[in-house]
Amino acid sequence: MLAYLVKRLLATIPVMGVVALFVFSLLYITPGDPAAVIAGDIATAEDIAHIRAKLGLDEPYLVRFGTWCWALAHGDLGVSIFTNLPVAQLIAQRIEPTVALTLCTLVITVLIAVPLGVIAAWRASTWIDRAVMAFSVLGFSLPVFVIAYLLIMVFSIQLEWLPVQGFVSIREGWRPFLQHMILPAAALGTVYMALVARITRAAMLEVLAQDYIRTAQAKGLSSRDVLVGHALRNAAVPIVTVIGIGIALLISGVVVTETVFAIPGIGRLTVDAILRRDYPIIQAVTLLFSAVYVLINLAVDLSYTLLDPRIRY
Amino acid sequence: MAAAAEALPAVHSVSPTRQRFKDALRRHPTAILGAAVLAAMIGAALAAPWLGTVDPQAVSPVKRLHDPSVAYWFGTDMLGRDVYSRVLYGARVSLTVGLAVAILSTLAGLAIGLATGFIRWVDAVVMRVMDGLMSIPPVLLAIALMALTKASIGNVIFAITLTEVPRVVRLVRSLVLGLREQPFVEAAIAAGTGTARTLVRHILPNTVAPLVVQATYLCASAMITEAILSFIGAGTPLNIPSWGNIMAEARSLFQLKPYLIFFPGACLSLTVLAVNLLGDGLRDALDPRLARRM
Repeated sequence: MLAYLVKRLLATIPVMGVVALFVFSLLYITPGDPAAVIAGDIATAEDIAHIRAKLGLDEPYLVRFGTWCWALAHGDLGVSIFTNLPVAQLIAQRIEPTVALTLCTLVITVLIAVPLGVIAAWRASTWIDRAVMAFSVLGFSLPVFVIAYLLIMVFSIQLEWLPVQGFVSIREGWRPFLQHMILPAAALGTVYMALVARITRAAMLEVLAQDYIRTAQAKGLSSRDVLVGHALRNAAVPIVTVIGIGIALLISGVVVTETVFAIPGIGRLTVDAILRRDYPIIQAVTLLFSAVYVLINLAVDLSYTLLDPRIRY
Repeated sequence: MAAAAEALPAVHSVSPTRQRFKDALRRHPTAILGAAVLAAMIGAALAAPWLGTVDPQAVSPVKRLHDPSVAYWFGTDMLGRDVYSRVLYGARVSLTVGLAVAILSTLAGLAIGLATGFIRWVDAVVMRVMDGLMSIPPVLLAIALMALTKASIGNVIFAITLTEVPRVVRLVRSLVLGLREQPFVEAAIAAGTGTARTLVRHILPNTVAPLVVQATYLCASAMITEAILSFIGAGTPLNIPSWGNIMAEARSLFQLKPYLIFFPGACLSLTVLAVNLLGDGLRDALDPRLARRM
């Protein structure tokens, strides 16, 4: 197990290497002069030269990549062009709301989507199944900001149950924190729920057709014991896999959700950086989220041994 | 016996593919609905100038923020532009981006996937690159690209295509790896067929059905990504009305004038839903193996 863990950790290095090389090389492979694009339409030649120097575009490609990687390995994510502050510091200031939002969404999604998928498979071809599948198709089709505005419209403006926008830290109390989290997490989680519910249903349908399920029913176990103890346990691997892969949807959605709900997180930082074309920030956020994604999926791979004793590394 | 013999020709008069299409449509009447909505949307986008629209960019301060009425079906925005006209012209952007990304990423992914599935040394290199690209969340990759290039529809299409290609490569590669073991491919190779000819004559035709299904889903997700990019200011330039742009501009006003968000949002959702429904129907008709799994 330990040997496998080390091997898998080492295997993430080339993947992250490709990510880093690609994100870095974008500055060089995009058509036109990125310094001119970043400087904007009203920039002087001096402004452009200043940005060129800042991005290190005057140095040779390989030298620049080497120093950039070296700095990265030491936790230096670069300096924001606009604010002149270290990007690592900017991200650290904004990380709490983003982590809170994604964790809340993850919890809500798993708590809602997995049972939905289980029930849909258990009651396959009934109206419950069709309703879950209809929700799934809708969830894939409604863009996150459309859902977000619909939720705000109904629950904040019409019913006045929840605040329209904003973020309250958990340190200021659970109640206000959750009140501000429910709508963003629901909006962000919809497409994720659609995905997880659909895969849960498919995995459960396959398992429920197995002989050992019939045996479990025949020996008189309750439906709940059969579904949870026998079926869901055996369907867990694909479900957990898709929960891991779906993190990419969450990360993409965070940028939009934080914009709609005015949550001062990393997504909001990214959107502000786009408007000012502050590339070092975008570069660092892309790298950071990619690393998180790779590590989460590594954790998912390792969890297989816990979920399925037949899998051993 | 005689009766059975007479019945046989009738059974065989319908080709299995057509029969499968018919069965799939019977099981998925929503696919027809999806196709109809999509056709209507494409028709409306093409015929936008003749459907009672005005110049979607015409600014008119006196007509600012009129609610929807008989004169302005979807109301007017903060610059007095007619939202109905903007939404109808916006359909052109979404549909163009959706179709272009679906076609381009499928073609690029097909070419790379065929090569990786059949040539070992290409496989090792390309799949490492694809793994890396797939680890970057798609919207962020597109944002990074858009931050470095001038805003244009062409660049939006390129950025979204780049994020989708690795997924197509994965699919094609897995199909090719499966097909390579099939007796008819082994027979072709044993008979001395060259690599290129094997790929084109024996492998390629068998990848078409799953790729068509995949392409519809790519189209749907590309339309959503375009709207997301435009919504956060990294997409279609502001001088071109797109659904994402209309919603982005209405962001600060939406508590007062929700219709500014509602109409483009509803059109986008409806179009994406139509494409997804069509895709589900196609999946059942063309790829029964996959359909059973879902």
